[in-house]
Amino acid sequence: MDFLIAAIPLFPLLGFMLLGISGRWWRSEKLIGAVGSGAVGISFLLSLIVLSRLLQSPETERVHTTTLYRWIAAGTFQVDIAFQVDPLSLVFTLVVTGVGFLIHVYSIGYMHGDRGFWRFFAYLNLFIFMMLVLVLSNNVLLTFVGWEGVGLCSYLLIGFWYDRPFAGVGILWTTDAGRKAFIMNRIGDVGMLVAMFLLVKQFGTLEYTAITTQAAATLPVGSEVATAVTLLLFLACTGKSAQIPLATWLPDAMAGPTPVSALIHAATMVTAGVFLVARLSPLFALAPATMTLITLIGALTALTAATIGLVQTDIKKVLAYSTVSQLGFMFTAAGVGAFSAAVFHVVTHAFFKALLFLGAGAVIHALHEQQDIRLMGGLKRHMPTTYRTFLIAALAIAGIPPLSGFFSKDAILWNVFEGAGAIGWLVLAAAAFCTAFYSFRLIGLVFHGEERFDRHRIHPHEAPPVMRIPLVILACLSVVGGLLGIPYALLPIGTNPNVLERWLEPVFAPALSLLGKVPVLTVHWEEYLAMLVATGISAAGIVLAWRLFVLRGIAGERLLEQRLGAVYTLLWRKYYLDEAYQKGVVEPVEQLSERVLWRILDVGVIDGFVNGIALVVGRFGAVLRRLQTGIAQTYAMLMLAGILALLSWLVLF
Amino acid sequence: MEFLLVALLAVPLLGFGTVLLIPRERLGWIQGVSLGSSVLTLLLAIGIWLGFHPEKPGFQYVVSVRWIDSLDIGFRIGVDGVSLLLVLLTAFLMPLALLASLEPIRHRQKEYYAMMLLLETAMLGVFVALDTFLFYVFWELVLIPMYFIIGIWGGRNRVYAALKFFLYTLVGSLLMLVAIVWLGVYAEQHAGGFTADYERLRQLAPTIPLELQRWLFWAFALSFCIKVPLFPLHTWLPDAHVEAPTAGSVILAGVLLKMGTYGLVRFNLELFPQASFQYATLLAWLGVVGILYGALVAFAQTDMKKLIAYSSVSHLGFIVLGIFSMTVEGLQGALIQMVNHGLSTGMLFLCVGLLYERRHTRELAEFGGLARVMPLFAVLLLLAVLSSVGLPGLNGFVGEFLSLLGAARSRFLDNFLLVVLGACGVIFAAAYLLKFYHSLMFGEARNPENYHLRDLTWSERLQLVPLVLLFIWIGVYPHTFLNTSELALRGLVAKLEQLRFGVTNISVPPSTPAPERQPPATPAPEPQKLLEEQLRRMPPPRP
Repeated sequence: MDFLIAAIPLFPLLGFMLLGISGRWWRSEKLIGAVGSGAVGISFLLSLIVLSRLLQSPETERVHTTTLYRWIAAGTFQVDIAFQVDPLSLVFTLVVTGVGFLIHVYSIGYMHGDRGFWRFFAYLNLFIFMMLVLVLSNNVLLTFVGWEGVGLCSYLLIGFWYDRPFAGVGILWTTDAGRKAFIMNRIGDVGMLVAMFLLVKQFGTLEYTAITTQAAATLPVGSEVATAVTLLLFLACTGKSAQIPLATWLPDAMAGPTPVSALIHAATMVTAGVFLVARLSPLFALAPATMTLITLIGALTALTAATIGLVQTDIKKVLAYSTVSQLGFMFTAAGVGAFSAAVFHVVTHAFFKALLFLGAGAVIHALHEQQDIRLMGGLKRHMPTTYRTFLIAALAIAGIPPLSGFFSKDAILWNVFEGAGAIGWLVLAAAAFCTAFYSFRLIGLVFHGEERFDRHRIHPHEAPPVMRIPLVILACLSVVGGLLGIPYALLPIGTNPNVLERWLEPVFAPALSLLGKVPVLTVHWEEYLAMLVATGISAAGIVLAWRLFVLRGIAGERLLEQRLGAVYTLLWRKYYLDEAYQKGVVEPVEQLSERVLWRILDVGVIDGFVNGIALVVGRFGAVLRRLQTGIAQTYAMLMLAGILALLSWLVLF
Repeated sequence: MEFLLVALLAVPLLGFGTVLLIPRERLGWIQGVSLGSSVLTLLLAIGIWLGFHPEKPGFQYVVSVRWIDSLDIGFRIGVDGVSLLLVLLTAFLMPLALLASLEPIRHRQKEYYAMMLLLETAMLGVFVALDTFLFYVFWELVLIPMYFIIGIWGGRNRVYAALKFFLYTLVGSLLMLVAIVWLGVYAEQHAGGFTADYERLRQLAPTIPLELQRWLFWAFALSFCIKVPLFPLHTWLPDAHVEAPTAGSVILAGVLLKMGTYGLVRFNLELFPQASFQYATLLAWLGVVGILYGALVAFAQTDMKKLIAYSSVSHLGFIVLGIFSMTVEGLQGALIQMVNHGLSTGMLFLCVGLLYERRHTRELAEFGGLARVMPLFAVLLLLAVLSSVGLPGLNGFVGEFLSLLGAARSRFLDNFLLVVLGACGVIFAAAYLLKFYHSLMFGEARNPENYHLRDLTWSERLQLVPLVLLFIWIGVYPHTFLNTSELALRGLVAKLEQLRFGVTNISVPPSTPAPERQPPATPAPEPQKLLEEQLRRMPPPRP
């Protein structure tokens, strides 16, 4: 078992080292693709084996830790390189390696002919390795290694086409978008860093199990330490998972190749924040203030991002805002203590959002790098498989039963209704309406209606099988993924039919007992009502979008613009958040460092003082030098004067 | 095996002498001898490291030769874990710096290589000296070759920079000389004789009255803080770096600055513990200000060397913070950060140097789009940048993390704001280093001269690749290096806590007699009583 666990992250690391060092000289794209995908595929198979082992062992013995070596030790502080497999980390491992594998395979087709083919797969393998380190680590510090490591990969892959321009506020090149992502993430990472110092100060260790057991045993609910630590950790989550106030990097991260957006900026990395909250759930449960803040931020982000997504015209930007919004859903759930619902949505979202991105990639590919949905249309005929899978994903994200999104979104909505009342539910329901609307706006403008691309130059064609097969598999998963979490209300059979919730129960039990949430199998009539209304709202969004965009095509877009009026501009400019940050943060800091600190303080005051001393000494010397005239008569006169002065001193006193 | 340490000092000195004897026309011989002796020095340093027993307390490889008997000044050298790591760093960087000099140094080569070898001897001497006078001799000896290296082989404004460097650091060291004499005199009055013996002074140190300690503390600290350089004593550094030749910058940033931080540990904490308790907070704050200030000013720079110079101010701030946390974690972090900064900043200067050789400019705006022209260089420079940014998995993180952790756990500082502000430094570090990297590598290749730059030559690869391997080694398995110095720093912190709080929970192996209980070498008039009186005068420890 120890070896199995350690081997899961090992293979992507080997793949990275092999491709990173020697990939430059490999002639065959197929071989590079096979090695890159194979490394992740093996990890996936190993995770499946681990899963089967865990399933065989009793519920209480589903935690395995394997320590590789002592990493840092100084004084009384010590931390190991150690991996921990438990129900929670295994769910993430399976998603990362499973969806990761499919996206690797897809990339073989998508990146075909790119001069950086080997580099791309090396980075992707490194990303998978770092992501696995993040989720498998048994302590916060090693998670932090993965946390910053995936950030590095994200940076490298956003700027993968480093010589391509990319437009944004303060952004000229794709690499600038990467830099923005890296720095905004770093702001969050400082939160995690400081949280770790507090944790060590408080508990003397960074191991998850030790922290959670000690915290539950020693800290009262609402304790200052727990609140401070969780707030700081949540700051890190807002960075990595693109929540307000650190959300603005994710839409710009779309500068990267589309498989990157699917893997990193939709399915896996951005869910790391949810993972962190889930991993330390007992600590969060001790901080009601933080939990409330998480709920608020999550709901706010969910709605804000969903509304921005309504009017964006870049297909990937729409999906990016959709991702931000869906992450908001997950955090809202985590904030009300519905950790397993949040994790459930991570899983289903990974399926359908990856599918949406990969479908978008196929479209962009077919239209020769065109990303503006106003210049698409009518692709249904040319790309039937892509259309069908995209439609399934859109239905799933809209939350139409019996697709996966319905179940996970319903779980979140119901828990929010229970935990945060009708207002919370309404906010999320409004976001869900927008979700259904923008998803079918994409369907309408991309696949239906007249062909608005240059038909003489561009002949759209269906993606090759290597890209198509991952689409089909993800579509199947988007359909059946919901079976993991069937609510008791829909299947009252005596035991909890929610497989995922049962699987995660040992992980979340301590937190839930702290929150006073005892899982009971009861059915309320409100639950059915909420389910019905929510589905109705989603269906309304679909119908509205269908009537606007499928039936009217681009005219519907103009109608939307007219009807929304000033709101359209506000949404189009993303509530002016980017501009506000640029004017309110970036430029003042630049001015401060350039004008005030460097030119005035450093060169002017400090160095001026130093040079001033030198100048004074020099001047003083210049004056004294005049005494040394070299004329003997002057010296004699001075000597005489001196003697007279001395004599008179002696005589008079 | 003690002769190894003598040999370590002798080999570069012999190299210096040999270079002087070779006629200047034989350039190959000169270069060969200097490279050869620096490599031999590195091998000796590694040998010393391998033979070092990290589990034994106290100094090892100690050699003590009588010098000036009447003042008890001697040629006393030895290493403990702290100095050994810095010896290794010095010996490791020197061959790389010499390799980087082969091409760019085109006139007065003989003098240049002689100066570099003299510099190496002096720097190693600073780290191994166990006698205050010997230390002072080596400390000042460093100035002379460095002054010439900047002043003769430097850039356009080299004379101003060299003079500023020399005078600035000299001011501090003269005060240190006064303090050294004063210490000797104190020993004469209270311990039966003038002495410069570091070990004896260390026994005596806690008994020095606080008023006197304060003066002595600042006399030493000023000299060291100028060298570090600690904000606001840093303005000599950007000038010196900009004007120095590449190898000069590498050694200046890589080793010379560490002499300051080393001195703070070796002399200020060890000899003036009570004064250190008093001023730790002030110096830690200056360190934190330096972290943020250096980073912000670095962000405004357009000259690559100035940018890296200010980044040093920022990085050294972490080290000062770690030192004055006076915890084992913080000091270990500070020490490994000294090594890290030497490696990563050394590499950054090497990279700037090789670009300068190709384009004869250091203005960021002149570059752009190099990633396509020099792909291998792009990868290696990225690693240097990431190491400097403090990305976990590479070396820089270990040092920064432990320094900040030390400050967080410190019983002496006890102000969490220091930690929070210090941690914010990593944001700005990312900002200015990525700005630096992006201006070079990405975007448009504005100047057509950039289209056909040559990627790394074999000599350049030989300089950069070992550094990168060390980044990864220290990042992934820092134990190798942390272990070397753990015990020495535990002993120091145990002593400090004992003095301040009366108790310590730092475990020092039982074979170590607690330092403060060792009887002094010569009978002193009841040092124990003095010590007690001293402790009584200290403010009561906070709970």
